[in-house]
Amino acid sequence: MADVTEGATPTSRPSALRALAKGMSVTFRHMFRRKVTVPFPDVRRTKPARFHGRHVLNRYPDGMEKCIGCELCAGVCTARCIYVRGADNPPDAPVSPGERYGYVYEINFLRCIFCALCVEACPTEAITMTHLFEFSFTSRDEAIYTKDELLVEADGTPRARRHHGPPPVGLDRQGWVQATSSSGAVAYEGRVAWSPEPVIGPRPPEPDQATADAVPGAARAEGGADGADGAPVDEGAGSHH
Amino acid sequence: MTGGVSGPVNLLWVVIVAAKAVVLFGFAVVMTLFMIMVDRKVLARMQVRIGPNRAGPGGWLQSLADGIKLFFKEPITPEAVDRPLYRVAPMVSSMTAFLAMTVIPLGPPVRLFGRTITLQLVDLNVGVLLYLALTSLGVYGIVLAGWSSGSKYPLIGGVRASAQLISYEAAAALALLPVFLLSRTLTTSGIVLAQGGRYTGGWAFVPKWYAIPMVVPFLVYVMAGVAETNRAPFDLVEAESELVGGFHTEYSGIGFALFYLAEYVNMVTVSSIAVTVFLGGWHGPHPGYWRPAFGVLWYVAKLLVVLFLFVWLRGTLPRLRYDQLMTLGWKVLIPTSLVWLLGSSFVVAAHAEGWL
Repeated sequence: MADVTEGATPTSRPSALRALAKGMSVTFRHMFRRKVTVPFPDVRRTKPARFHGRHVLNRYPDGMEKCIGCELCAGVCTARCIYVRGADNPPDAPVSPGERYGYVYEINFLRCIFCALCVEACPTEAITMTHLFEFSFTSRDEAIYTKDELLVEADGTPRARRHHGPPPVGLDRQGWVQATSSSGAVAYEGRVAWSPEPVIGPRPPEPDQATADAVPGAARAEGGADGADGAPVDEGAGSHH
Repeated sequence: MTGGVSGPVNLLWVVIVAAKAVVLFGFAVVMTLFMIMVDRKVLARMQVRIGPNRAGPGGWLQSLADGIKLFFKEPITPEAVDRPLYRVAPMVSSMTAFLAMTVIPLGPPVRLFGRTITLQLVDLNVGVLLYLALTSLGVYGIVLAGWSSGSKYPLIGGVRASAQLISYEAAAALALLPVFLLSRTLTTSGIVLAQGGRYTGGWAFVPKWYAIPMVVPFLVYVMAGVAETNRAPFDLVEAESELVGGFHTEYSGIGFALFYLAEYVNMVTVSSIAVTVFLGGWHGPHPGYWRPAFGVLWYVAKLLVVLFLFVWLRGTLPRLRYDQLMTLGWKVLIPTSLVWLLGSSFVVAAHAEGWL
């Protein structure tokens, strides 16, 4: 025990002073390095293309809501934070194309883990994720976003809460972030896989898709799932192309 | 004496001494607020980040904003506290910290209103002793805070503080002793005056600062000073990872603000004593600059360098373990200063006897 304590004494070794000088020089040199942080509200970093920000409920270019109230997102949600109630479309003033629409749509962002399983489950690409991440709540009720906040504007831009500041510009405000291709197919390199958003337009394909998808096992595994949900996705995509 | 102002003691004398007190207090507070910001900014730079940048230009008003916030915050008094001691403890801490600043000469004496005014509130013939006594009293603030909080973390912090500060107080005092052998005075102004000018002969470029012949006591004093102010790497008293907030865990609002203030005022005081005793006080490296403004500037410049050292150490070194702390204090610093004291006593005596 005694020699352990002696060995750990900072000044008992001749190298301690040299180690101190070395450490001091490291911190001194770091003072003149380029800083890794940005003064956030003034300077905003561009988020990664697939950043999982808060959700939006999308519309077709004609203004119709994409949500059909099927509750698949609520069923797949691991955090059980989505609450959906569907209702029959009023024949004279339909909210969405088809029979039903999302009458109630609520996400509790205190529970949401931003896994984007709801985005993958959605057959009509109604729910997608944005690059918006500036949440601030003053109550638990306020953390539950309803259709009022989630539904995009007529021009396709996400609604911002008044205290969340102006929405970011460019790609960062686009409401289209998906973990996989919209069709579920893996081999979609070179094509624009994301559906065009009204007004903002299609997102260019990501450059390194070919190398990212070149894993042979993954392609086969996801090919099976393709057949299951491929049909409704193609239907939904076709209706607004 | 007489408050460092020559001439008869009358109303003008009172006004001048009061003005000196106010200016010194203002200097200490501004220096402290500035130091908190330097601490945060320099640490941020060493960690390759920006640091506070929202309040005021470049974030430099952040500590002022923090102070205002703490001042208007509700001070929450827990149920289990010993109320009188709990209230007194932060006052003891900050009062002793501010009082210790009174013996620091900020610059050479100036002529104003037909009187000679020293830029120092009191010029006691035991000035450095007063400083040592006041820093020892400051420990009471921390120990009483830990004791009166009625909570285990502050108690452990207070116990650590008492052991640590008493150990390093001894090392600091022993490190200052050899300087008194050379200066033959305990007045801070006398010690600064003794450091004017330069050496003769081939050493004419070296200023007569005591840090040069007394380099080991200087280093010991700086180390003990860091420990006395409870700064990293000696911040076991308020080790967040072990003791939540240490002795000030149960304090909020103005009580917490006073402790926070006291820590940084103590830093300024310890650095000021280091500058005064070892680094030539308000003397510039070029002798003969006796203009008071230059003196004050030199003093502040040296003070900032020593304060930067504090921040630099904090940014570099991890916290010591408790046995390492005690080993460093009792087995390294105190024996070193004792040996140095004996050696320099011998040299001084031999010089006086004509042996050398």
